[in-house]
Amino acid sequence: MIGPTDQSSSLGSASTRGGAAADPVVELKSVSKSFNGTQAVRDVSFAIERGEFFSMLGPSGCGKTTTLRLIAGFETPDTDGGEVRLMGAVVNDQRPYERRLAMVFQNYALFPHLTVERNVAFGLEQRKTPKSEIGDRVRNALALVRLDPGTFARRNPSQLSGGQRQRVALARALVLEPTILLLDEPLGAIDLQLRKEMQLELKSLNKQLGTTFIYVTHDQEEALTMSDRIAVMSNGRVAQLGTPAEIYENPRTAFVAKFIGESNFLEGQVLRQNGTLWDVQWKNTIFRVPNASGLQTEKAIRIAVRPEWLDLVRPGHVPPGENELCGSVRDVIYLGETMHVVVSLPGGTDMTVALRNEGQLINPLPWRRGDEAVVAWKPEDCQILEDE
Amino acid sequence: MNRVPRWIVVFTAIVLFCMHLPVLVLVAFSFNASKFSVGWTGFTLHWYQRLLEREDILQALRSSLIVGVSATVIATACGTLIALALARHRFRGRTLYEGLIYVPIVTPEIVTGISLLILFVFLRFPLGLVTITIAHVAFSIPFVVVVVMSRLAGMDDTLEEAAMTLGADEITAFWKITVPLLSPGIISAALLTFILSFDDFVITSFVAGSGSSTLPLIIYSMVRRNVEPSINAISTVIVIGTSIMLYVAEKLTREDSRAKT
Amino acid sequence: MRRRLLAWLTRRPEAEAWALLSPGTFWMLVFFIIPVVVMCAYSAMPRGTYGGVDPGFTLEAYTRFLHPVYLVILERTFVIAVLTTAFCVLAGYPVAYAITRSGKWRTLLLFLVVLPFWTSFLVRTFAMIFLMRDTGLINSWLLGLGVIKQPIEMLYTPFAVFAGLVYGYLPFMILPVYSSLEKIDPSLLEAAEVLGARPTARFWRVTLPLSAPGLIAGSLLVFIPSLGSFLTSDLLGGAKGLLVGNLIQNQFSTARNWPFGSAASLILMTLVLIATLVYLRFKPE
Repeated sequence: MIGPTDQSSSLGSASTRGGAAADPVVELKSVSKSFNGTQAVRDVSFAIERGEFFSMLGPSGCGKTTTLRLIAGFETPDTDGGEVRLMGAVVNDQRPYERRLAMVFQNYALFPHLTVERNVAFGLEQRKTPKSEIGDRVRNALALVRLDPGTFARRNPSQLSGGQRQRVALARALVLEPTILLLDEPLGAIDLQLRKEMQLELKSLNKQLGTTFIYVTHDQEEALTMSDRIAVMSNGRVAQLGTPAEIYENPRTAFVAKFIGESNFLEGQVLRQNGTLWDVQWKNTIFRVPNASGLQTEKAIRIAVRPEWLDLVRPGHVPPGENELCGSVRDVIYLGETMHVVVSLPGGTDMTVALRNEGQLINPLPWRRGDEAVVAWKPEDCQILEDE
Repeated sequence: MNRVPRWIVVFTAIVLFCMHLPVLVLVAFSFNASKFSVGWTGFTLHWYQRLLEREDILQALRSSLIVGVSATVIATACGTLIALALARHRFRGRTLYEGLIYVPIVTPEIVTGISLLILFVFLRFPLGLVTITIAHVAFSIPFVVVVVMSRLAGMDDTLEEAAMTLGADEITAFWKITVPLLSPGIISAALLTFILSFDDFVITSFVAGSGSSTLPLIIYSMVRRNVEPSINAISTVIVIGTSIMLYVAEKLTREDSRAKT
Repeated sequence: MRRRLLAWLTRRPEAEAWALLSPGTFWMLVFFIIPVVVMCAYSAMPRGTYGGVDPGFTLEAYTRFLHPVYLVILERTFVIAVLTTAFCVLAGYPVAYAITRSGKWRTLLLFLVVLPFWTSFLVRTFAMIFLMRDTGLINSWLLGLGVIKQPIEMLYTPFAVFAGLVYGYLPFMILPVYSSLEKIDPSLLEAAEVLGARPTARFWRVTLPLSAPGLIAGSLLVFIPSLGSFLTSDLLGGAKGLLVGNLIQNQFSTARNWPFGSAASLILMTLVLIATLVYLRFKPE
């Protein structure tokens, strides 16, 4: 759905959140990083607020992990490759152990030769925390991640399950009371049920402790569930930066529309303005889109329509004012919560319509393969995409 | 055994038997009272006693141990550092270096021994325990590199990174994380070096000079000159000693790696 | 101070690498590479009266090698090395195969194969002498049983060298072959079975080709030391079992012809390196 558009450089994003603009804890300014001639990160800029749950989302190879490692200090930006700032200070040349942040790794990276207790205490020992304090802080950290210190403190990582190891990794990071916590796809190796639980736990820890979480993932559902803001990345660039609602409901490019959720795409040519709407030619029909900046006659545009924004009606029963495309039902797919009906349009295009499942056993959908059907949507229920 | 043809089982038994028979016979006859080993005349520990009486054998044993320990320490240290460099760093000439490090392993001992003799003579460096140790370190370093590198390959390198996020700098992370986890590999390499050094004959024979002797050299001259069951006795001692060392090292590394998975 | 050093080093990964490499590299350079270089030089110099070399340049050492006496030795060395390798393949492959299928006996069997590997080579060679000499165990036993009237001359023959080498290097064949066989995915054999292949066919068309890397590695591990063998032929070979290794050693003791010995060493080393390169070129990856 058309909504307020985002700016690509979100240094001013504090204002969209309606609060007083605090200094960002992490800032990237035009950061670039290449390896052996290949550019992994290109001109990336964003600012992360204190206490935010900020995610970087994208397919493998998009540069999200490299960006995280730039923030951590394992990689340095190219010369003339921009600035990484923590708490306002430029840290390009600082090693990871000089930056006051903590990190949770994808494979947990627990020290196999140390007990859980010694693992969690490691960072405190490095900081020369007095012995008396270490014991209590370790216990508290374990309790925070819901691991009973009595049972687990003396165990070895090899004796723990994946989920337990992840919690220990988390405790080891949080015990240092960091301002910033980096997480590199920490839930990747955990099975679905436990993963959902941990997602909620991570979110609640973020709110409870006020620590800024910077999270990397390729799982869009995960990012949408947990994040305050998401940076969707592709090919080393930030394709879109915004809240989950903004990303999902107003995807700016075809990539974002495809990567997050599902979308139907239509390409057409703008014909003329028609009141508050514009007529667009598609094959031999016309559909209408709302007014938006940049629209003009003869312009080629591409729109995305999410399956749940579409209606499926019998021919002749199209609600007034809605766009309509006629076709025939090709498939009805059972997804549990929803039903997906794939409609074949003339010319070879398919569109998928999502309908609520009211129980196929008691109130089945009236659609069968081969039925004539009309895909309909309100003109404002679409997203005009930018060129990538 | 599952689904193995009968003949293979029998064949394997025969081969394994043949592989062990000679040494078993050797050990058995070290207790034989007869000097000429043709028939069994009685059980005795006489030949073992003889060993203790022979000052030259004891001296050679001492020398072997001194050389063995020194060579092990030096070779293990140098080799481990090389393995770390090869496994963790990219540098120009790395592929070439990796290739070259294997050359000493395939080089026949005779060639290594000869070339070192030539060098020491050329430099007018006196032959003795020092030259033996130098030679032993030289042929052991590549083995250490191979063993440690294979252990490093199986190690998780994000562990050092995790340590760095917790405030440890590179050197601290190395000592507290990498070294403890690498220790089974280092111990194996050290063990390998010690045994190679202790057993070495060919190279040692060229660089020992006339004044010094190691255990293998003494045994060789005994075999060449006057064969008597004392040779069996000292051989048995070596075999048992090696087996015990191996067993202990195996236990150490097994326990270690289980605890550390 | 430490931080400054680290900061400087980590920005230059190459410097860090070379810092680690230096002690070992220095050692290998001075005590391996340079000696070989000096040896090369020696091989092209005239022989000194009491051993060693005189200044000058001559390729006499190399041409000397073309003498039939020496060519025979070279040929004998090569033949024995090849035979040893072939025999080790035939003897070792079934054993390796049996170990992969041995279930609970596996650790024990592997231990039995590895143990000789660690036991002193000198001791093991002496054990062969003990068995094979005229007054040794085998002959006394056969004489005692009345099977033979006179001791069989086993020792001081090329055969003894061959036997000694096989005995010495068999574990070097078994272990790589075992390692290779072990890695074969059992579902490949099951697939072959479903496609109609009988056990023999399955072996020749699936197992054997897939175990080729191990076979090749093992062959190399047996062939190369056999080629450069000294101790075995010295103790077991006598005059009829003289190999290149003994020839070389001779030049530095009684024969006092250092250039010739150096030349022979270089030739040997070249053969070994060629064999290694052939292996590297053709090893299936």
